[in-house]
Amino acid sequence: MSKIHVTTTVNGDSVEFLADPRETLLDCLRDHLDLTGTKEGCGTGDCGACSVTLDGTLVCSCLVLGIEAEGREIGTIEGLAQGHELHPLQRKFIEHAALQCGFCTPGFLVAAKALLDKNPNPTETEVRYWLAGNLCRCTGYDKIVRAVMDAAEEMRKEAV
Amino acid sequence: MAKDEFREFRLVGTRPDRPDGLDKVTGRARYGADISAPGMLWGAVVRSPHAHARIVKIDTSKAEALSGVKAVVTRADFPTGLTGDEWDLQENTMAGDKALYDGHAVAAVAATSKLRAEEAARLIEVEYEVLPHVIDVDDAIKPDAPVIREGAADATVPEGMPPNVVRYFEHGRGDLDAGFAEADLVRENTYRTEATHQGYIEPHACLGQLGEDGKGEMWVCTQGHWFIRKMCADVLGLEKSQLRVTPSEIGGGFGGKTTIFMEPLSLALSRKAGGRPVKIVMSRSEVLRATGPTASASMDVKIGMKKDGTLTAGRAEFRMQGGAFWGAPVDMALDCAFAAYKLPAVMHIGYDVLANRPKAAAYRAPGSPMAACAVESLIDEMCRELGLDPMEVRLKNAVREGDRSSYGPKFKSIGLVETLEATKAHPNFSAPLGPNQGRGIASGFWFNHGGETSVTIALSEDGTVTVSAGTPDIGGSRASIALMTAETLGIPYENVRVNIVETGALGVNEPTHGSRATFATGKAAVEAANAAIKEMCRRAAVEWGIDPEAVEWVDGAAQPAGPNAGKFPPMSIAEIAGNMGSTGGPISGHHEGNLGGVGASFGCHVVDVEVDPETGRTTILRYLVVQDAGRAIHPAYVEGQYQGGAAQGIGWALNEGYVYGEDGRLQNSVFLDYRVPVASDLPMIDTVIVEVPNPGHPFGVRGVGETGITPPLPAIANAIHAATGARLRHLPMNPPSVLAAIKAVKGG
Repeated sequence: MSKIHVTTTVNGDSVEFLADPRETLLDCLRDHLDLTGTKEGCGTGDCGACSVTLDGTLVCSCLVLGIEAEGREIGTIEGLAQGHELHPLQRKFIEHAALQCGFCTPGFLVAAKALLDKNPNPTETEVRYWLAGNLCRCTGYDKIVRAVMDAAEEMRKEAV
Repeated sequence: MAKDEFREFRLVGTRPDRPDGLDKVTGRARYGADISAPGMLWGAVVRSPHAHARIVKIDTSKAEALSGVKAVVTRADFPTGLTGDEWDLQENTMAGDKALYDGHAVAAVAATSKLRAEEAARLIEVEYEVLPHVIDVDDAIKPDAPVIREGAADATVPEGMPPNVVRYFEHGRGDLDAGFAEADLVRENTYRTEATHQGYIEPHACLGQLGEDGKGEMWVCTQGHWFIRKMCADVLGLEKSQLRVTPSEIGGGFGGKTTIFMEPLSLALSRKAGGRPVKIVMSRSEVLRATGPTASASMDVKIGMKKDGTLTAGRAEFRMQGGAFWGAPVDMALDCAFAAYKLPAVMHIGYDVLANRPKAAAYRAPGSPMAACAVESLIDEMCRELGLDPMEVRLKNAVREGDRSSYGPKFKSIGLVETLEATKAHPNFSAPLGPNQGRGIASGFWFNHGGETSVTIALSEDGTVTVSAGTPDIGGSRASIALMTAETLGIPYENVRVNIVETGALGVNEPTHGSRATFATGKAAVEAANAAIKEMCRRAAVEWGIDPEAVEWVDGAAQPAGPNAGKFPPMSIAEIAGNMGSTGGPISGHHEGNLGGVGASFGCHVVDVEVDPETGRTTILRYLVVQDAGRAIHPAYVEGQYQGGAAQGIGWALNEGYVYGEDGRLQNSVFLDYRVPVASDLPMIDTVIVEVPNPGHPFGVRGVGETGITPPLPAIANAIHAATGARLRHLPMNPPSVLAAIKAVKGG
């Protein structure tokens, strides 16, 4: 199948790649753009390891075709920190030991940021339901939920 | 270290940021699938759609004719004549005469792109003669069950056993009949647990390269790269030292990444494709159909109890299937079954049974959760019947230091009683309960493991230190190893870098398994640091012109030991390192061995549930894990192990399980259908770290990874019983089965 030229924006940078129409956005990010921070855990939209934002909306990049990225804005884990300055969620994940193997972590961080962009003051229940699309097999979620709540609190204080 | 010795540490017991944290929150950390190589091909695997079938013919011609296809391999490309475990590994890697389970690999291809490889795999035509299959362990053990493989039984199996029994266990001590006769209550029940998958979020992935000269390299996500090296070399007939294996970061394993699956296929494809590297990444469906899972179990347990709760005898008869090969963890399940109890008479009988399922891999405390499910449930049932407090009964019969264990050896220092007492003292143990709510408790046990370990620490020119370790960091072990090394050397935590190095850099290391990384690699790192300290003291002694024995190491510096040794200012590690080029060259410390001194870890869990009487759905309201860590080097990651083990056990108890159709095919091979706990299924998981130091470790470490998965299965069954009056003896306790059990109680 002949490839299609795609122009899109990833983490603020304009990029181009050639995609087989069957390739997912996840494949394109990882295999054509070398952005391997986004992970594949299932390929069926059940685990959230491949979470990215598409025009600001949280999506599983394994359920989006690469060619659908044409003209869109994509946000990935690689764009979360501003240079050397980590996003508060990234800092809090380290501080709270909210990762063990770390494989699901990029997806959790992207999903949690999408939550806090929408709702800066979530309850524990809201955090748990928002993140219910992200599987973690190591932590039992306790420290992840705490890290997200703590980051939200810090961000609210900074916003004042 | 003496059990009662109390020491304050500068670093051990603190909670610094993990050294690999930054890489892992920024997406920089490189896992199995994150590496590519020049000239790389992609591999894809053709798998059997049948549970049991003779392979009549494999036609690869159409695949080979496809442009971009560089290699196709079948079993014909592997060496013949292997025996025992090596043959099993080879047979599981690639089917020979028969496909033995749904998902069994039968051929593999390598092509210039992932899509092309998948396309080529679909063009491979396999002709099968479908054979009768057997899935359930109780069916597989019947004398007339379909035979998976003639002659697979080992020497432990007596004449006349059913054909699929491949290992048989029988051991015990004491007078069982007298024990049961002495009891006021004797009860016997049957319990069943389903096969569950480790469910690591990272699918298996590797990048292998192998030339005609037998030299090769591999990048792979694994818990143990020396195991990968040995197993791949065995299966392919290579010299082990010619294969260099580098571990990637690992996205979870829980025992499931201690063996090989598609790794030899990438090497075989590479060799056939002129040595071009071949990357293979499994899909989730391949992971669930063809890797991992743990065994399913059918277990009869009989216990004798006096009116005051004293246990008089216990008998366990376990049947477990671990797929089409020997290896169900029956032996360990039996050993764990009564480990928490003083028992005058005990009997263990076990059957390892073949079935048409994937080859079982280790899963966190292999066998122990099933055994706990049976024994801890029955103890709870008997306490109810006799009107006894299940906590007091556990305390009354708890094993202590010096007691003979149910499985043989005498216990050294253990912390079961301390763990039970700490559980009793926790507020969760006495929190008020509402309607349809119930509380369950259960104990759990794991032996822990030391094993083959080799560690080197090397001084850099500025006095900082690198540790070369061989146990992949699966949950923060770099942090704990750095803490112990820095504590021993008397230097800052930040001055230690822990590298997980490839197979060429150290002697053989066993995987990160058996809860051993912090125990064994930590112990070896401390010994290696002590060796480096000895050399640094010698360098200082030479400089000062005094006897090396007259130099001691204090707070990161050499100093004369007492006034008689001479008067010299302390010589810091940075000074010694800065001068080492002119005082004798590089300074390293090395330690290796088959490390003993392991300390067993007991735990106790308390769970409160609410069961919806209309739907049978169980909600976890509160969850408490109390466990003996010996010494928590980095308490946050110890808590993480407790919480993660509990969550996996909760999934096993309530929802997870392999579901097979009549055709013997796995019906829930995606995460939508094989549903592991998500954040909204769970509450916060409370933890208490009990510390009864292990005298066999320089800082008292026991190992904490595995015990936590064992108590949730029975604790939740006991809580559901308390909430509903219904006893479930077959996992998973999903809403339909709980509802049916509630209806049966009401109807009766």
